[in-house]
Amino acid sequence: MNANGYEPVIGLEIHVQLSTKTKMFCGCGLSFGDEPNVHTCPVCLGHPGTLPTVNEQAIRYALMIAAALECDVAPRSIFHRKNYFYPDLPKGYQISQYDEPLAVNGRLGDVRIHRAHLEEDAAKMIHVGESGRIHGSGASLVDFNRGGTPLVEIVTEPDIRSPGEAREWAQLLRTTIRQLGVSDVNMEEGSLRVDANVSIRPEGAGELGTKTELKNMNSFRFLERGIEAEVARQRGLLEGGEKIVQDTLHFHPEDGSLTPLRSKEYAHDYRYFPEPDLVPVAPTEQMLTEARESLPELPAARRERYVSEVGLSKEAATTLAFQSEYGEYFERAVGAADGASAKSIANWVTGELVATLRQTGGEEDPLDSKATPEAVAALAGLVEEKKISHGSGKQVLERLVAEGGDPAEIVESEGLAQISDSSELEAIVDRAIEAESEAAEQVRGGNERAIGRIVGAVMKETKGRADGGAVTRLIKERL
Amino acid sequence: MSDELIGLTASQAADRIRAGDLTGEEYFDAYREAAAGDSLNAFLWTADEAGASGDGPLAGIQIAVKDIFCTEGVPTTAGSRILEGYRPPYSATAVRRLRDAGAGVLGKANMDEFAMGSSNENSAYGPVLNPWDAERVPGGSSGGSAAAVAGRLAACAIGTDTGGSIRQPAALCGIVGMKPTYGAVSRYGMIAFASSLDQCGPLTRDVTDAALLLGALQGEDPCDSTSVGIDGGIEPPIRESLDGLRFGVPRELAGDAEGIEPGVREVFERTVELIEELGGKVSETHLPHAPHGISAYYVLAPAEASANLARFDGVRYGLRVSSEDLTDMYEETRAQGFGDEVKRRIMLGTYALSSGYYEAYYGRAQRVRTKIAEDFSKAFESFDFVVSPTSPTVAFKLGERTGDPLAMYLSDYCTVPMSLAGIPAISIPAGLAKPEGEGPELPVGFQIAGPAFSDSAILDAAFALERAIGFGQGNGGPPA
Repeated sequence: MNANGYEPVIGLEIHVQLSTKTKMFCGCGLSFGDEPNVHTCPVCLGHPGTLPTVNEQAIRYALMIAAALECDVAPRSIFHRKNYFYPDLPKGYQISQYDEPLAVNGRLGDVRIHRAHLEEDAAKMIHVGESGRIHGSGASLVDFNRGGTPLVEIVTEPDIRSPGEAREWAQLLRTTIRQLGVSDVNMEEGSLRVDANVSIRPEGAGELGTKTELKNMNSFRFLERGIEAEVARQRGLLEGGEKIVQDTLHFHPEDGSLTPLRSKEYAHDYRYFPEPDLVPVAPTEQMLTEARESLPELPAARRERYVSEVGLSKEAATTLAFQSEYGEYFERAVGAADGASAKSIANWVTGELVATLRQTGGEEDPLDSKATPEAVAALAGLVEEKKISHGSGKQVLERLVAEGGDPAEIVESEGLAQISDSSELEAIVDRAIEAESEAAEQVRGGNERAIGRIVGAVMKETKGRADGGAVTRLIKERL
Repeated sequence: MSDELIGLTASQAADRIRAGDLTGEEYFDAYREAAAGDSLNAFLWTADEAGASGDGPLAGIQIAVKDIFCTEGVPTTAGSRILEGYRPPYSATAVRRLRDAGAGVLGKANMDEFAMGSSNENSAYGPVLNPWDAERVPGGSSGGSAAAVAGRLAACAIGTDTGGSIRQPAALCGIVGMKPTYGAVSRYGMIAFASSLDQCGPLTRDVTDAALLLGALQGEDPCDSTSVGIDGGIEPPIRESLDGLRFGVPRELAGDAEGIEPGVREVFERTVELIEELGGKVSETHLPHAPHGISAYYVLAPAEASANLARFDGVRYGLRVSSEDLTDMYEETRAQGFGDEVKRRIMLGTYALSSGYYEAYYGRAQRVRTKIAEDFSKAFESFDFVVSPTSPTVAFKLGERTGDPLAMYLSDYCTVPMSLAGIPAISIPAGLAKPEGEGPELPVGFQIAGPAFSDSAILDAAFALERAIGFGQGNGGPPA
């Protein structure tokens, strides 16, 4: 993205819905997809006279997030009221943290964390009409089920330098929080929401440019695309001699476009002041210790272990460590392996399995696919022991993903066992050299690359059952 | 018969009900009849059924509940048009505690809209009249509660005090009113005006009843994080002398204070002499920042109110004035639903919190508040109690101050400092005085304040003093 002499500067603001039993300030249960307005009470509907009480579990979960992000936890943090009128905000103010947040000064991977604080979610508005937004809608309905759900808002420093980096880091954050078990962190369902602050500046410049805020990017792909679009838009403006106007932009997933929200409507003076209905949050030493001790192995540490102990490449280690569903899959396969090395299993999982699953339908959890970790471990073993070729292994994996089953049986029924009889393979190689005589001439003339055509012919005839290395060696011997 | 019954204090009536000498139904009927003849406009709603039980410390007692307390299924308006017809889906903790102690809710008492006022003239449902003189105000904002108790329309009442809203009307109506320590009584279900100041308390015919009610009301409540209750609860007051107790008279709230009527000053001084006769030691003390109390209060309370009243937006309950778009709906609903004083305070508070002004107003007012609390702490190093007149004047005439908000605000000059400090204070009737200019003799309140959680000690001292004063033979109210 650093082409054209501009460098993007990106910071993220992330809202994480905590998966506590009850809401942030009342005893209502949390929900997703239930009938509207069934998880409500006088408190979360903002009835006169009601008062909030803090959910202790939410504090504990937030402390775990703070520990995982290596933040400093404030000995005493306070809630503020953030005042504005909107029908999704029953009290006319959101209880949030302002200048004394729960946690500050953290780090995850290469990105510094500015702060992390607790607040309550707003209710959900449904606008009747074509636009789906409040302007021009015939009527609006409010579903208060979501109102009051505990949120942790995490704000990064502007340490990210490309849209791809933003996506990768957001995935790392998701995996980290998922491993804590404190949130579903599902972007489509809104339990993880990522907004981006984007500016660009001439490469090498020290000062930051004017930033815009991007909202409504409800998948990692949209996050990357949204930032890409905004960087391109800002570059276009600057190159055209225009200025960037500070604004909030709404991303449209249908066509990848960005439209400004009405600045006037969102130009709030929130009139923050300390929430008099709540006492300060002062975590005890025991709560802090419990939060630290409950941390599982986090992605960064796990990646390090995969590289140093298992000997994986950084890329494979990153996939397994940062995408916890693949990590889990890998760990199970290694546990079930009978002979296959962890490294070869890792290569099958991060290479062919990821690619095949992506081809066949998306980024779903591999543990839900028909190819079990046990089967992939067995497959890796067959290839490692040279019982089947790598090419045949790919065919077996495709079958496993499509239908499931046992690799050894698939090899048997499909006749995929590697050709181990050398005289049989020599005969096939000879026939291939004859058929591809032109390529053979070129190889003799010194063009090594032409050998591929002959190898291809062998593989075609053997349906991939030959060991590629052995075939190449035989061809070279003969030519 | 019923004249005799409504002449009883709550503790006398509860004793008789528990003993079986009186049934809860007879007692309720007496009050229902009295409340039906309410010529003071003290009630906004009255009960058809006793709703009380035959035992408990408040067995069978009928209570007037300020209309700021949510009562499940019963209209609760906070004196505002914007909540007309609103029936809460739940009851306030204070109301539940009274019922648990055996009491019934006799009626919902009129009040200044959202507890904003010192004369009860800010109610959307008309002013309440003072039972001593129907041309005069009962004080506010718990004016309906005070008038009902003084006018024999209820045995006792609960109200709320943010800057004097229990003590000042109690003083103007000649009854006992107490603002407990902040946090003694749960605020859950009490419609919020200024959350860091609001506190529920009793309005009663005598000190014994105040202790009885506070004993039932106080306690930690899981629904209110700021509630702590009072350690050891409240014992019935028994003290007869004031031997060994030290009373400070702050120059700023008594001696030097401007605007205290001569009649009020005279009753105050006579009461101070009574304290000495009872063995108490009295000397002057200082609360140097107390004169700034009103200024700080009228920044902090409206600031909190501006947020607390944001929920009245026409979306979920109460009044909605339908409009073409959302902003118009908000504006029309709130324009028609709120009265002038409420609008004035929302604007004051919104301004005080707005970007660029926060430090100059809200921040500064908070610092004044801290200074006032420190003044009291310092005074309580040398004194057990601080005493002053409750109100600078006796009950004033209807309409007399409605055109001058500042004059109205000064009604709370002597009560606001204790609210800002979060400390308990009681007002007991100390005698009668003529108003400046023309008028009949009217009650004067005497205020006793103590350190946080000294509620029982205050009640005990007030009990001894009440007996020495002998006002209305412990029955409050004007001569029947």
